[in-house]
Amino acid sequence: MGHPGFREKATILDRDGIRRALTRIAHEIIEKNQGVQNLALIGIRRRGVPLALRLAEKIGQIEGAQVPVGFLDITLYRDDLTRLGPQPQLSRTEVPFPVTDRTVILVDDVLYTGRTVRAALDAIMDLGRPRAIQLAALIDRGHRELPIRADYVGKNVPTSSREIISVQLEDTDGQEQVVIQETG
Amino acid sequence: MPVRHLLGLADMPAAAINEFLENALPMKQIISRDIKKVPTLRGKTVVTLFYEPSTRTRMSFELAAKYLSADTVNVSASASSMAKGESLADTARTVAALGADLVVLRHPSAGAPHLLARMVDVPVVNAGDGMHEHPTQALLDLFTLRERRPDLEGLKLVIIGDLLHSRVARSNIWCLPRFGVDVHLVAPPTLVPAGLAALGVTVHDRPEDALPGAGAVMVLRLQRERQQEGLIPDVREYARLYALNGERMALARPDAYVMHPGPMNRGIEIAPDVADGACALITDQVTNGVAVRMAVLYLLMLGRGD
Repeated sequence: MGHPGFREKATILDRDGIRRALTRIAHEIIEKNQGVQNLALIGIRRRGVPLALRLAEKIGQIEGAQVPVGFLDITLYRDDLTRLGPQPQLSRTEVPFPVTDRTVILVDDVLYTGRTVRAALDAIMDLGRPRAIQLAALIDRGHRELPIRADYVGKNVPTSSREIISVQLEDTDGQEQVVIQETG
Repeated sequence: MPVRHLLGLADMPAAAINEFLENALPMKQIISRDIKKVPTLRGKTVVTLFYEPSTRTRMSFELAAKYLSADTVNVSASASSMAKGESLADTARTVAALGADLVVLRHPSAGAPHLLARMVDVPVVNAGDGMHEHPTQALLDLFTLRERRPDLEGLKLVIIGDLLHSRVARSNIWCLPRFGVDVHLVAPPTLVPAGLAALGVTVHDRPEDALPGAGAVMVLRLQRERQQEGLIPDVREYARLYALNGERMALARPDAYVMHPGPMNRGIEIAPDVADGACALITDQVTNGVAVRMAVLYLLMLGRGD
């Protein structure tokens, strides 16, 4: 499951670890927003999508209320498209509710340079004018290149730039774990 | 294998055609929003070179570029004022000087975009070359059909009109059978080019012979400017024998789609009530044209693997 040329160094979260981290984030979201009134979750494709769905389910269990979930494809908003090789295939953005005046929780698996989040912020702003946008990331690995920070973090993992964080989820990868890999 | 230019569909693999259409789906979402703009092609320049008059195709390409934040430069030229070889050489120099990142070319000569593609270092999109191809029109037709019927296998599509002069028909004849569409063609014998049957399509003289069982009918514009050669007796007789009217539509399936690449000669090749009927996809085709062209610009301009 790892990236070619990288070897696995350590497991940061196992199945239970991921579950607990998401449960804690769900509680923090409810607490910070004093409930779920006007709340919506938007997952960044690909792995932000299952994470957003799981958070919505947990929030629903805790509060007994449904929070709408949307999915965002940020490819058209990336600032590095011309540097990539073959063009990334576009996916659909599915935000089936108005974002205007809502508090949107943006969900992604790994927070790294901040460029993906910047692109996602632009994409959401083009859909409407949310009251606020908060950011939830399963892993924050540091190395920010933009002034962006997460409101909710599953686990902070200081990394070197030679390492990569691989989040593997049942829905997208067939297994549940977060591992740190390095070259060599 | 990334596609470098979009010159025609005759030799384009089905996988490449599918890639254009799949990327058109998210593009269509963008043009249905309040804010119809993404920053994807910011700083890029698209040059549209139109050696033939066209409003809708040029506007469609221009909007597609603008919705992706590219700048556009429009160059219109009269074909009659320039010898063909010279004009394209001049064009290539102009394009280079303008700093274009992609060129959209409409030209009265078949093969002109192929020639331009060899002369410039940027992607070239064929927006119609003579009586040869109009690939983005065929892509948008395929996209529009698949939007309504994702599996086109076995769909009977009847194309009625001036097949001889129609690049739209040619691109569709090359493209649609590969996706399982059973293509039937109808035209007066004088407007049927030789060798069509070899392309896996069926040719009829009368609409009445082709329409029974049709799931979609595509009407071509009678290009009145190209009827000076006496290939049809007169426009009124053509309308009487070939116009898609309610009576003829009744021969097709009750839910058959009606398509037209536009602009329409209402009352000549198509009756107004058919053009405005519940099953008409003509305005969908116009909207989808922008989405498909956005996908074409995106795929040709970004992240080329060469």
